[in-house]
Amino acid sequence: MAASCDSLLPLVLLLCLSAQAVDRSNFKTCDQSAFCKRQRELKPGQSPYRALLDTLELSNSRLSLQLINDNNKVRLLLELYRLQGNMTRVKINELKPLKPRYEVPDVLLSDPITEALSVVAQDENSLVVSLGGKDQRLILSAQPFRLDIVEGSQVVMSLNSRGLLAFEHLRTRKDTKSESEQAPGQENVEQQTDEDGQIKEDDDKPGMWEETFKSHTDSKPNGPTSISLDFSLPGVEHVYGIPEHADTLKLKNTDGSDPYRLYNLDVFQYELHNPMALYGAVPVLISHSTDRTMGIFWLNAAETWVDISSNTAGKTMFGKILDFVQVSSEAPQTDVRWMSESGIIDVFIMLGPKPADVFTQYASLTGTQSFPPLSALAYHQCRWNYNDQEDVKTVDQGFDEHDIPYDFIWLDIEHADGKRYFTWDPSKFPQPKEMLQGLMDKRRKLVAIVDPHIKVDSGYKIHNEIRSKNFYVKNKDGGDYEGWCWPGNAGYPDFTNPEMRTWWASQFAYDQYEGSMENQYIWNDMNEPSVFNGPEVTMHKDALHGVWEHRDVHNLYGLYVQKATADGLIQRSEGVQRPFVLTRAFFAGSQRYGAVWTGDNAAEWGHLKISIPMCLSLGLVGISFCGADVGGFFKHPSAELLVRWYQAGAYQPFFRAHAHIDTPRREPWLFGPENTALIREAIRQRYALLPYWYQLFYNAHRTGQPVMRPLWVEYPDDFATFSIEDEYLIGKDLLVHPVTDEGATGVTAYLPGKGEVWYDVHTFQKHDGDQSLYIPVTMSSIPVFQRGGSIICRKDRVRRSSSCMENDPYTLYVALGSQGSAEGELYIDDFHTFSFEEAKQFVHRRLSFSANTLSSRNLAPDSQFSTASWIEKIVIFGGSQPSSATLKSADGTESALEFEFDSTLAVLTLRKPGVNAAADWTIVLR
Amino acid sequence: MTCLHLLLTLVFAVSLGTPVEIQRPRGVPLTKKQFYEEGKPFTCLDGSRTIPFDRVNDDYCDCKDGSDEPGTAACPNGSFHCTNAGYRPMFIPSSRINDGICDCCDTTDEYNSGAKCENTCKELGRKEREVLQKMAEITKEGFLLKQQLIEEAKKGREEKQGKVTDMQENKKQLEEKVEALRTVKEAAEQPEKEAKERHLKAWEAIRLEKDKAKMAEAFLELDDNSDGFVSVSELQSHAELDPDADGTLTETEVQGLMGGAAQVDTSTFESVWTNIKDKYHSESQPEEPAPVETPPDEVKEPAVDNDSEPYPEDDISEEDDEDEDDKDDYHEDDDKVRVNIEKELSFDFGPDAEFTYMYSQCYELSTNAHVPRIWGSWSGPENNKYLVMKYEHGTGCWQGPNRSTTVKLTCGKETVVTSTSEPSRCEYLMEFTTPAVCQEPANTEPSPHGHEEL
Repeated sequence: MAASCDSLLPLVLLLCLSAQAVDRSNFKTCDQSAFCKRQRELKPGQSPYRALLDTLELSNSRLSLQLINDNNKVRLLLELYRLQGNMTRVKINELKPLKPRYEVPDVLLSDPITEALSVVAQDENSLVVSLGGKDQRLILSAQPFRLDIVEGSQVVMSLNSRGLLAFEHLRTRKDTKSESEQAPGQENVEQQTDEDGQIKEDDDKPGMWEETFKSHTDSKPNGPTSISLDFSLPGVEHVYGIPEHADTLKLKNTDGSDPYRLYNLDVFQYELHNPMALYGAVPVLISHSTDRTMGIFWLNAAETWVDISSNTAGKTMFGKILDFVQVSSEAPQTDVRWMSESGIIDVFIMLGPKPADVFTQYASLTGTQSFPPLSALAYHQCRWNYNDQEDVKTVDQGFDEHDIPYDFIWLDIEHADGKRYFTWDPSKFPQPKEMLQGLMDKRRKLVAIVDPHIKVDSGYKIHNEIRSKNFYVKNKDGGDYEGWCWPGNAGYPDFTNPEMRTWWASQFAYDQYEGSMENQYIWNDMNEPSVFNGPEVTMHKDALHGVWEHRDVHNLYGLYVQKATADGLIQRSEGVQRPFVLTRAFFAGSQRYGAVWTGDNAAEWGHLKISIPMCLSLGLVGISFCGADVGGFFKHPSAELLVRWYQAGAYQPFFRAHAHIDTPRREPWLFGPENTALIREAIRQRYALLPYWYQLFYNAHRTGQPVMRPLWVEYPDDFATFSIEDEYLIGKDLLVHPVTDEGATGVTAYLPGKGEVWYDVHTFQKHDGDQSLYIPVTMSSIPVFQRGGSIICRKDRVRRSSSCMENDPYTLYVALGSQGSAEGELYIDDFHTFSFEEAKQFVHRRLSFSANTLSSRNLAPDSQFSTASWIEKIVIFGGSQPSSATLKSADGTESALEFEFDSTLAVLTLRKPGVNAAADWTIVLR
Repeated sequence: MTCLHLLLTLVFAVSLGTPVEIQRPRGVPLTKKQFYEEGKPFTCLDGSRTIPFDRVNDDYCDCKDGSDEPGTAACPNGSFHCTNAGYRPMFIPSSRINDGICDCCDTTDEYNSGAKCENTCKELGRKEREVLQKMAEITKEGFLLKQQLIEEAKKGREEKQGKVTDMQENKKQLEEKVEALRTVKEAAEQPEKEAKERHLKAWEAIRLEKDKAKMAEAFLELDDNSDGFVSVSELQSHAELDPDADGTLTETEVQGLMGGAAQVDTSTFESVWTNIKDKYHSESQPEEPAPVETPPDEVKEPAVDNDSEPYPEDDISEEDDEDEDDKDDYHEDDDKVRVNIEKELSFDFGPDAEFTYMYSQCYELSTNAHVPRIWGSWSGPENNKYLVMKYEHGTGCWQGPNRSTTVKLTCGKETVVTSTSEPSRCEYLMEFTTPAVCQEPANTEPSPHGHEEL
């Protein structure tokens, strides 16, 4: 849900809500954001910064020296670290700030492990630092200050090469200077030693000490504090990441537009294809070329803008070819500039060189995707709102009557008593436990919403406790900050306060949260935070979180809400059960706490299409558990759009249908029997593939590799894949090209990989890689291909919920590559507890087929888990007809397997091996 | 563990009370028992292939139609039959076998899942019999009530049809009668007509006399200088005569009233009087409004003979006497009533018009919604469309559909609203009980035992 209003009056709120699309005037452009305007006015040129080489200090793993701005003599402190795993950290802060500047806590897993640095050469204007392995060097030039990371003779990245390092130092306000001059704490300016007249200060630019947007004034007691730094990427034409934007996967040149904005906002009816900020922000940019994949992680939680400029951006394909033929003097290059309103420069340069390396590097900093309970990967049925217990029961029965599986039913804000979260509406949900028990009897679950805005109501326990514990965010004058949200007047708990988070987590205990049960999970919405009557529908920047301004922590608020909630779910089960929490706002590191969705989209084909690049972008920066509201939140989808969205959503990580309260009901069976059957089939395909999804999430949790991947991640040398965003890979073995056009009669899918083969998973038809393939489609088509050379495990016995399928047997789909071999994995555990981690209770097996032998061997010999699941069938694509198939069990016994061979499609089906899924076994074809 | 070939031994009692033992594979209904012959190759029920009998229920799907695995979850499209002795048998999708959820009341679907199911068939059967019995009573009574409704509707319909016919006839007759009054019956009614005319004439004479007197009086009043002429200026003093009611009586306006003459004498004043008499305020009794002598009354007032045949208009006004005083709308209303009745007759009030009584009744609900006094369209399932009525195309909702209401009807002795809800914004659902949907009870009492299949 979203709101778009500036008014205190509910009536006006309603009027605002009736707007048909985003009201852009509610949100700032760069020009309207004073610091962005100031920063952008600074054009590339010679940097005023000079490195003072004589201040160099080098410990084993830390290099530091001072920088001076020759215009105002302000000194900065530069710190360089070489981090384990081919990363470099560059930190720049004021040498002596008037008061500490905010450094983002809780996002890094821990202090990154450093490696030794050494100065290998030095002259009067430069310093060469060895970055350890290979022949990587960091060249620091003193005047003008710049950093170049080189490998061999090749520059891979330059910092401040365009001279856009800008650091607005903390200062005292001019009109109050006389009073504060004697105050302790020296200003970080060498004014004492210089002649006053020569100091060029630009304190008088508009918006430095106060800024007004619409009716809101930001008091800015600390004055200007913004920072900026540019990065040049020679040889790079493709950059990705910095979600969340409703835009293309490949980031666009921003020369002629606003920069991409990162500022968590509740944007009502967002527009597609523009750089406006949305609900979440991950300040991580990934660059890719055939030579190298790299990442830049700009660790700053304040409002941030990112400018991207590419010297090839304006060129047509023909121009590029011409350049190539004529050996253009101008090599491709992409320049990136980051600007943030406050904090420090703290940037992690992830040097790859392969896509998988960048993911590993970033995961080592901020952690990996939390491993969800299996059911969270199944289908979710949501609506604002399921009206009452009877409604929940009826919908639940509807799924059974129509034989459609689902795992979770969701309750939006109307379930609570007057939007007082942690409570139940006494007339609509008088017996929540009865309802939850009813779902539990069907082995299903429920999610209830708990938003961070707390109704100001002295009769509301949660509010009273937060107030009495002084846990609310404060306004600039020190009183409890209050804003308007769903319940009316609301307070906002200070989630940046660890004590507050501990208390919040404790509220999910079964004895605190009345009516809750173990099959109830939580959804955090509106945690940007959304403040209906606040500037840009969010919190005032001069609100206070302890000593820090909201300005400093804004993009981090949503992460903390989800973290505290997930902690609560873990604690209520005494650390046994894995949590599941969905969030709308997020930041770098949010992957550790659950799932995200792309917010309040609309029932339009464009929104269906954009769900792919939006989730791909999130996957690239660590957040794999992503989905879009199936069907579209606002407006009413046509049956065709709804069916297509189910088909696409069934192949995206987080699979949930959701709808606005004012739209007609759209449970899967309300669009006629034909569409019901199509939706049923899409959901069933999801359930059959759950073992694969689960294994990929385990892999993401262990290694940080994304679940949903752009093609270029697996085909980094294939230039043709670099801009593809209408198809993608699940893991590396399934290629999906959902139908996202109205009335489509076919799609053209690009099948990558020279010499590789792909198999249509529905028809078993074989196609060569490295081609664009036209696939005719009907309403039932979901074009999906399995990579030749892979083995995928499915559970083809689809039941009414994933829990019902836990002991079911597996079918192995072996797609032989051009060399006649294939590999895959099978991961099994109890599907919902932490035992896999804490007691190594899981099964992880490598399945491989080569030389006509298929075998299963243990990938984790020190793990142990027994499963009732067994192997019921093996389907082999692309093989030939054997004369016999022999199963050799671990105990040495051999038995002949029956098989069938379809010679037209070259599909061999082995009947009922019957071996336990955790056992060692081999099947030999002769 | 799942590869066992399972046979069920079922013991049951037929109505004669003779125990018989029937063996058949798990999940197979009695009606299909003959296809599953122990020890003989099994042919998939779709005929697609034949497999050894030990592959029936061996937890591997061999038949495309799922018929080889009636008792396991191996086939995606299979179905499992539970006997549910004591209750009623049913089929469940085979995906519900051993899924940990008790679906069959006889617990037979969960034979290997560890689910702790209790046999609830007897209890369910007992409850169902109670419910059926209650329903049967309700249906019986409801059906009787329905017959009354049908009878009433039939009568009402006949009456209404009669009325429409009458009205159509009347309309025709009206014209004829009017004509007849003037021509055919003129002679027969001459005395009355004469009397009437006499009265009218007398009244007219009186009225004229009065008018004349008034005119003379007015002349005298107006002739301020008593020169025997009423002049423009004399008339101009009577501002109430202002023809355009703009507050001032101009000289030109007065000249207009006086027919262009500068002054008039008593004889020529007559034409001026007709121009001004409606507005003229007597100077002697300025407050008193003009006496009631308006023409509508003039027709009735002089009527002396109350027994004489009334005017044809009066005849119809008895039907709809609220509208008596508005004779211009009189025919229109008449038509409206007729059109409404015709419209009503065109509605689908059920096969025997049993829903007729519901028309024109407004059922107020606890929520503010109510069914408007309109007749929706039947949209129940194909076998009985009269179980659901939809009212569509109500006023629009923001970002939502036009308001609509679905009314679901179930058999009951009374016509009552049992629930109302808004399952989706601006889409209302009402549930009614009504005798009108009660079906004729079966001749024999429903006996679950009699239909029980084992």
